[in-house]
Amino acid sequence: MPGTETPMTDTEAAMPFHREPRGGLMVALRATLKRDLVLLLRRRSEVLNPLVFFALVITLFPIGISPDPELLATIAPGLLWVAALLAALLSLDSLFRGDYDDGSLEQLLLTPQPLAALGLAKVAVHWLLTGLPLALMAPVLGIMLSLPAGSYGILALSLALGTASLSLIGAIGAALTVGLSRGGVLLSLLVLPLYIPVLIFGAGAVQAAILGDGVAAHLAILGALLAVTLMFAPWAIAASLRISING
Amino acid sequence: MPLRLQARELACERDDRRLFEDLDLDIRAGEIVRVEGPNGSGKTTLLKILSGQLADYRGELFWNGVPMRRVRGDFLASLLYLGHAPGIKAALTPLENLAWYQALADEPGDEAARLAALEGVGLAGFEDLPTGQLSAGQQRRVALARLDLTPRPLWVLDEPFTAIDRDGVAALEARLVAHARSGGCVLVTTHHELRATDELRRIRLGGGGDDARH
Amino acid sequence: MWTFIHKLGSPRWFYAISARLQPWFWAAAALLLLVGSVWGLAFAPADYQQGNSFRIIYVHVPAAFLAQSIFVAMAVAGLIFMVWKIKVADMAAAMMAPLGAAMTFIALFSGAVWGMPTWGTWWMWDARLTSMLILLFLYFGVIALRGAFSSRDSASRAASVLAMVGVINIPIIKYSVDWWYTLHQPATFTVTSRPSMPMEMWLPLLIMLLGFYSFFIALTLMRTRSEILRRESTKRWVRDLAAEEA
Repeated sequence: MPGTETPMTDTEAAMPFHREPRGGLMVALRATLKRDLVLLLRRRSEVLNPLVFFALVITLFPIGISPDPELLATIAPGLLWVAALLAALLSLDSLFRGDYDDGSLEQLLLTPQPLAALGLAKVAVHWLLTGLPLALMAPVLGIMLSLPAGSYGILALSLALGTASLSLIGAIGAALTVGLSRGGVLLSLLVLPLYIPVLIFGAGAVQAAILGDGVAAHLAILGALLAVTLMFAPWAIAASLRISING
Repeated sequence: MPLRLQARELACERDDRRLFEDLDLDIRAGEIVRVEGPNGSGKTTLLKILSGQLADYRGELFWNGVPMRRVRGDFLASLLYLGHAPGIKAALTPLENLAWYQALADEPGDEAARLAALEGVGLAGFEDLPTGQLSAGQQRRVALARLDLTPRPLWVLDEPFTAIDRDGVAALEARLVAHARSGGCVLVTTHHELRATDELRRIRLGGGGDDARH
Repeated sequence: MWTFIHKLGSPRWFYAISARLQPWFWAAAALLLLVGSVWGLAFAPADYQQGNSFRIIYVHVPAAFLAQSIFVAMAVAGLIFMVWKIKVADMAAAMMAPLGAAMTFIALFSGAVWGMPTWGTWWMWDARLTSMLILLFLYFGVIALRGAFSSRDSASRAASVLAMVGVINIPIIKYSVDWWYTLHQPATFTVTSRPSMPMEMWLPLLIMLLGFYSFFIALTLMRTRSEILRRESTKRWVRDLAAEEA
């Protein structure tokens, strides 16, 4: 009967069960990266769908507005950025959902390794297979929108930098809504307002490149935004996952 | 191996519904503790609290006599938890699934160990098929292979017998007893009636006292 | 100190204390709003550029101030709830969210109404209005997230996390929108940033501002009190209270 004796004596406390740490965090991180990469590459449609969506949305604009190259060129930076942002958003809902449904998320929460770091690994895979391909694909769509020459490199670079922040911020929303059966629309509602600064400076960078202004400031701010999100987002993701797992 | 999980005046309230309160537990090495109770009596919640997943409770938990908060890392390194869902990825093969768990559990990534563990749960020959092609019972067995693959003294198992056939049930039961006899400790919920052994102890939740106070 | 905070955190104690505070805030709100609006609408001098239409700032500016303050208050309440598990803080946060959204909407609406005589259009992508619009979406997100969970405990925590994430983002959003605005519309006439406002104009504004804050505090106290009764309706002290009333 544990209530009668005082169970917590210091002699017992002096001998906690202890194991020698082995590979530790790096091993777990590498395994998580590898697992998620393999998973996504086995379901290739999940990687391709955002890219197709991106191309499709870009196709809608000339049809909906006008095929006039001059007009398209003026709005191209914003269009490309908005469409890429939506495409990245589209793939976020599945970021933790599979792990939630099959119980892997519980196991992830119970490893001795910090959840924030493991969550970050999952986000890194998401960016690698969503944000980065979108960034690489954007110049091609830029040609179709008559994006002025000289801004293609900046377009890809700003998207690569920006989508990293988008993946991190979006992962907070994905973690908050993963326990909800219909989290998809809610996820957009939570995440899109938080995307606005990235959109402003991302599209601004391309705009500046077209106008021939310096783009260093924009890219620096995008980098700074990424640094700030890298600092805060992993903790918010970890806290949100813990909340969702108990919902 | 010191092994003692204690709870003092544990109480849990979810959305103003009182699941249990004033629960005192003392679980030691060599025991199989079966948590019993009707549906909705908080069995899973209790297991989640005792495995450190839920922080939303009153009372105190102690691991080897030290408040849980201070030794969470140590505790998690001694814990193996299997939940309702097996935690197995359908798109990965059993070997790949186990490799991830090995890495998470900080065990050396040895393929031979994984193969042996799969053979131990009767899955020899299935190791390279996508787990999604296996039956529900076989998928559950992949998860159970972790019991051998990543040796941990404390097992917390939520309905581990789900979807397992009769032979598998007998083998798993024997495995639990063997684990307890070798100084481990098992905390389990199940609808399956466990064979009474010296190691077995019951905790009853919902409707009346629990015989944790024996 | 700590025991005091925890005592304040107990719903029962908060219920008792707020009962005594509430009338004072209601009285202050009524008095300040009355004085402020009469002064602002009738006695403050008309603006030399905008004439009488500028008087809408006596609603617009306090509403905009409050809209932002409430979000911060909500995040602080969320933090208190997450760190010290004080349930009253969460109840207050839940009650503040619709109020904040309403204030944001009032600020937007009054801005649009003000825009008509000033800009000749109901809506301009003015930096302040755009920030306000984004703030409204942030409020919608917090409210929607809280409503989406079936477990109230999880809903409370999720809403707290989102409010905290939002509050870190609000200044970033604000600065980036300001920057975006100056980039696209250099040197346009911004209505609210005037270099100096004569005393007769900003004194009623200050009074209105204080009035809005008192109103917010009073209303939050009132709503939190009824929320306490709702959530604690199974507790002994609430039932005793109900028996007393009956």
